[in-house]
Formats: sequence, structure tokens, C-alpha cells
Amino acid sequence: MEIVLVGLNHRTAPVEVRERVSFTVDQARRASEQLRSKGLLAETLVLSTCNRSEVYGVSPEASHECAPGLSTFLSEFHSVRMDVLNGSLYHHYDREAVRHLFRVAAGLDSMMLGEAEILGQVREAYRVAHEQGATGPVLNRLFQGALEVGKRVRSETELGTRPMSVASAGVKLAERIFGKLDERSALVLGAGTISEQVIGQLRDRGIARLYLMNRSRERADGLAKQYRGEVLPWGEWDVALPLPDVIVSSVAAEEAVVGGKLVEQAMEKRANRALFFMDLGLPRNIDAAVGKLYNVYLYNIDDLTEIVAQNRHARENEIPKADGMVEEHVGKFLSWQASVELVGLLDELRKRMREERAQFIHARVESIKHLTNADRFQVEKLMDELLEGLLLEPAQRLRGEKDLRRKVQNVEALRDLFLSNREKP
Amino acid sequence: MHYALFISTLVAYALSFALYLIFLNTGNALTGRLGTLLLAVGLVTHYFALLERSRGLHTVPYHDLYGSMSLFGWLLALTYLGLELYHRQRSVGALVLPFILVFFLAAHLAPADKLSPPEAHGPSFALHVALSILAYSAFALSFVLSLVFLGEERLLRAHKLGDVVWRLPPLELLERMSRSSVLVGLISITIGTALGFLWVDRLSNKYSFYDPKYAITLVVLLLYAVYFRLARTTAWRGARASKLCVFNFLIVFLSFTVVNFYLSHSHRYF
Repeated sequence: MEIVLVGLNHRTAPVEVRERVSFTVDQARRASEQLRSKGLLAETLVLSTCNRSEVYGVSPEASHECAPGLSTFLSEFHSVRMDVLNGSLYHHYDREAVRHLFRVAAGLDSMMLGEAEILGQVREAYRVAHEQGATGPVLNRLFQGALEVGKRVRSETELGTRPMSVASAGVKLAERIFGKLDERSALVLGAGTISEQVIGQLRDRGIARLYLMNRSRERADGLAKQYRGEVLPWGEWDVALPLPDVIVSSVAAEEAVVGGKLVEQAMEKRANRALFFMDLGLPRNIDAAVGKLYNVYLYNIDDLTEIVAQNRHARENEIPKADGMVEEHVGKFLSWQASVELVGLLDELRKRMREERAQFIHARVESIKHLTNADRFQVEKLMDELLEGLLLEPAQRLRGEKDLRRKVQNVEALRDLFLSNREKP
Repeated sequence: MHYALFISTLVAYALSFALYLIFLNTGNALTGRLGTLLLAVGLVTHYFALLERSRGLHTVPYHDLYGSMSLFGWLLALTYLGLELYHRQRSVGALVLPFILVFFLAAHLAPADKLSPPEAHGPSFALHVALSILAYSAFALSFVLSLVFLGEERLLRAHKLGDVVWRLPPLELLERMSRSSVLVGLISITIGTALGFLWVDRLSNKYSFYDPKYAITLVVLLLYAVYFRLARTTAWRGARASKLCVFNFLIVFLSFTVVNFYLSHSHRYF
């Protein structure tokens, strides 16, 4: 049995194609069921996220042979013409399929390098398929390995630690000053898309209190309702500025809306507790002089963009290390797979030799008339011992082979030389 | 036996330092936990090394430079471990361990300048010594934490984050850790000094209350009390408080060096 993967992702297909081939959980269950009932795959798992749709399976026949059938299945299942899918689909087999999945789980194949969500999505896809009974020993082992490598890459590299968007970089910076934000408050000036992104980040990080100020009260009310915030009247700076620990500003204004004097007064009122400004406006909303005040930290859009660029670079530097871990786990999986296959092959070979031996005895020994039944039995026994003896040493060497490449090659050679008419187990 | 304890402690502290350093650079949680574990192992072996010495002296080892510095290093490690566990933060381990290692090694390299034993003795005097050294090790720790705070604050204000800033503890946590450390020091030095004065009173025929060492100890106590108050409540919170903490430790250093060696008549110990 071989591992096969058919799918498409953000690199191979535009969003118009991806959205047509994506699976809901119910669709994933149905597809798995159909793939197995049609005999296309013995084990199946469908992984579908906003950036990829992939079908993993264990093929009962040589994997290259079942690939066209899987492509056709995807086309029919989603009612998408094959010519639309043709340029977008990729097929991977065995080692390549394993490596691909492990890289996906590690976040190395994600649109945003090292993103954390994909590991949860792989876990969920595996849970769904496992509960459905669609996975078997091979996919179980494969996906457990994928989760293991995904977790390891995240804990042993910096691939997922650095913020990669301006909003998350700003919120992470606030955490560098205050620690956890669950006892902190934030004031967001403006109610546009960028403000909403930052509010989402702040809420994700557990900000305790959220205040909003916007020239248009209506839009602020909408955001406040959505994110459990409190709207403060625009312009009441002496009330608003002393309250929060974090101030985010993304307002369309020709000149700074918060000046140094206002912040100085606010700092007096808040007994100099640290204050962090995230100025995402262009032109800048916060007077640059604010950044010089004691215990005030001011980051504007350029500062944050620079941090994101540094972080992207730092993440990219971690790719070789993460790929090394992926290769190590691919090796472990293939070694396991080769060991399982070897046991089956040896049993098969032993059975085959016994059959050959029986035919040989029947053809040659039966004609020797003077042999008694006891003699024939003795001859059969001796031949069995000889065959076992011949098999024993190579089997032990194969089992003990440390070099994965040699082990897989030897298993392949054994199959090709002695069981050439036999399908892979 | 003594040599084995020395080597074990040295290896445990050195490995702990290396692991804390890796943790600071990579953020690998397992490495950090192992660093803590090895620090704890070092503390245990270091304790037995001190115990062995105490048995010979029949008191807390403070009669010579070795004992004082080794005890100081041990209490510094103990205070740090306590703070690390209390605040669940091990990023500064890599910055504290070098001090522990330096004191531990310096103790062993120090000349055998055995001082004339003081007239005072007994459990209350041993407690005076132990608490005083604990106080100074806690102050040393707050000094390191304040330096880390000032460095990190400077980088954050200059927008030069680099790789390490993401790994260091948040500024407010560093402040809290420093205050916790100073609190330990304040309590210890208050009780320790009170016990010391009781002994001065008992031996008033031999010792005067007007020794510069006593005066500077009271100044140190006062300065740290002021820091503790300012760091929590006023415009001094943040970098200014940390600078004050650094300044206070310089006074402590002055007390150990100039005052101990040149000015004090009767108190040449911690």
C-alpha cells in the first residue's frame, strides 16, 4: 500500500478555484466514504482550509495508478470541470506525500510562514476522519507524526513566535511592556478596518477593558457592540487619555490629533504608569514629541512595519532548521513503514518458498519410488530447515538496517526480485 | 568529599547557565525547565558544601572570605529560584547565573584570610549573619533585574528590538520581580540589623554604636525603603526607580569594600 496525496493550495490555484474545491466537514466525511466505497483508497483523510484542499489516502494499488482516479473524483464531487483543475492539482506519493504533510503541519507551506492555525486544522481533520473510521494504521501513524513535527517545530524554532502583521506586532509590543493584557485597558481612536484588526488582536490577547472613540459615533457603537467595548465621546481627551494603558490610533486627520501637552497631563493623572501608543495613522495621529515623555512608548506605522519585516526575516532564517526536523520525522515514518512492510514481505516470501518447495517435492521426490513416507517427510523437513536458514540471516540484517535509504531499497529489491507479481502490501 | 561537592556544584551551575542562555536565545521551554532543575541541583550540592564547612566551624561560615562569598552566592541562587518560581519567569536566569558562578568560584579562589572571630556567637548571631547576607544577595538580585529593565526599556524606546527583547520578561514584570527581591532584602536586613544591634548592646563595653559600618547599613536600609515606596506609587516608577535601585546597590558595594576594609573598627564582615 502506498500513500497518495492529491490537492491544491494557494500556490497552485487562485481563490476562485480554491473556494470551489473546498470541503465542509460534512462534505469531507462524504468524500471519504465515497473514496473508500468505490475502492479508490483504503484509508482516507480530507484536509480543507481556506488555503488548501487536500485528500490523503492509502492506495490499494500502486499510487501513481490511482492518481487520475482521484483527480476525476475531485472534479465530479465538486462539479468542477477537469480543465479548470488540471493546472492547479498536485499529486505526491509516499516520501513526497509524507514530507508535504509534515511541512504543512509545521507551517512551512502556509501563506503566512509559520502560522499557528494550520496545526489545529490538521488536528481537527484527523479527528473527524478518525472518528468516522476513515483512517487506518498508516494514516493514523502519518497524522500523529505530522502533529508531532508541527508541535516540535513551533516549540524548538522561532517560526511561530514573532508577530507578522502590524496589528499583532503592536499588540505583542504592548505585552513586552505590560506582560499579559488581561488586567489592562485599551483606547482605540478610529473605527476603520485597521482599528478593527487591532481590536480583534487585543480581544484575542484578553484585554480587560476596551474604549472606543470615533468622530462618527454610529460606527464606534457598532464596533463597541461587536467587541464588548465602551464608546467615549470624541475629543474628551482629558477624560479618555488617563484611562488606558494602550492607545491605538488610526484616524484620517491632516495633523496630529493627540499632542504632547495632552499626554503630559494624562501621565500626571495616571501617576506615570506606562503608556503605549500604537500610531497607525498616515499622516501620523500622535505628536512625535509624545514619544519623548517619561514612561511613554510610541510606535508609528513605519516602526511597526520595520518590526514585521525583521520578524519575517527571522522566520525565514528558521526554515532550514524546521526543514531539518521535518526530514528527521519523514525518516522516522518511512522507517516505521518499511518495518511494517518488511514483516508482511517476509511472511509472503516464506509462504511462497513453501509453495515452491511443495511443488518441487511433488515433481521430483514423488517419482523416487523407493522413498517411504517417513523419508519424504524427512526430506520436506530438511528442505524447510534449509529455506528458513537461508531466510534468517537476510531477514535479521534487513530488520537491523539503520540506514533508512538502504532499508527501503532492500525491501523494494526483495519485493521486485522474489515477489515481482505481487502488489505492494 | 569537599572536592566532589565543589565540582558537582560548579558543573550544575555552569550547565544551568548554559541552558538558561539557550532558553533566552531559542525560547525552548524544555531547556528552560532543565536550567531551573540544574540550578536546584546546584543549590543542593552547594548547601552540602556549606554544611560541611559549617560543621567544622560550628556556625554559619562567615569567618573568612570563602565562607562569606560562598554563602552569598548560595543565597543569591536561592533568592533567584524563589523569585523565578513565584513570578513564573526564567528569562533572566541567564543574567543572574554568571553572578552566582562568579561568587562561587571567587570563594574558592579567595586567599585564606581568616578574620579574627567576633565576640558574638550563638543562634541569634548566626541568624544576624545569615539574614544580612540574604538581604545583600536579594539586593544584588534586584540590581541585576534593574539593569535588565534599564537595558530593555532603552531598546524599546529606541525601537531597537533585536532578537533578545522578545525573550526578556515584560518591563512591568521586571519591576515587580525587582520589588519582590527588595522586599525580601528589606525584611531580612531589618531583622538582621536589629539582631546585630542587640549584640552590640550586649557587648557595649567592647563595641561602640558609632561605627561607620552601622551607619552605612542604616543608610542602605533607608535607601531601599525609599526605593520600595517610590517604585510603587509616584512619578519615579519605571526607569527612575530602576536607576535608584542600581544606585542603592552601589552604596551596598561601598559598604562591602571601602567601609569594611578602611573605615570600620569592629565590623569587617558582611
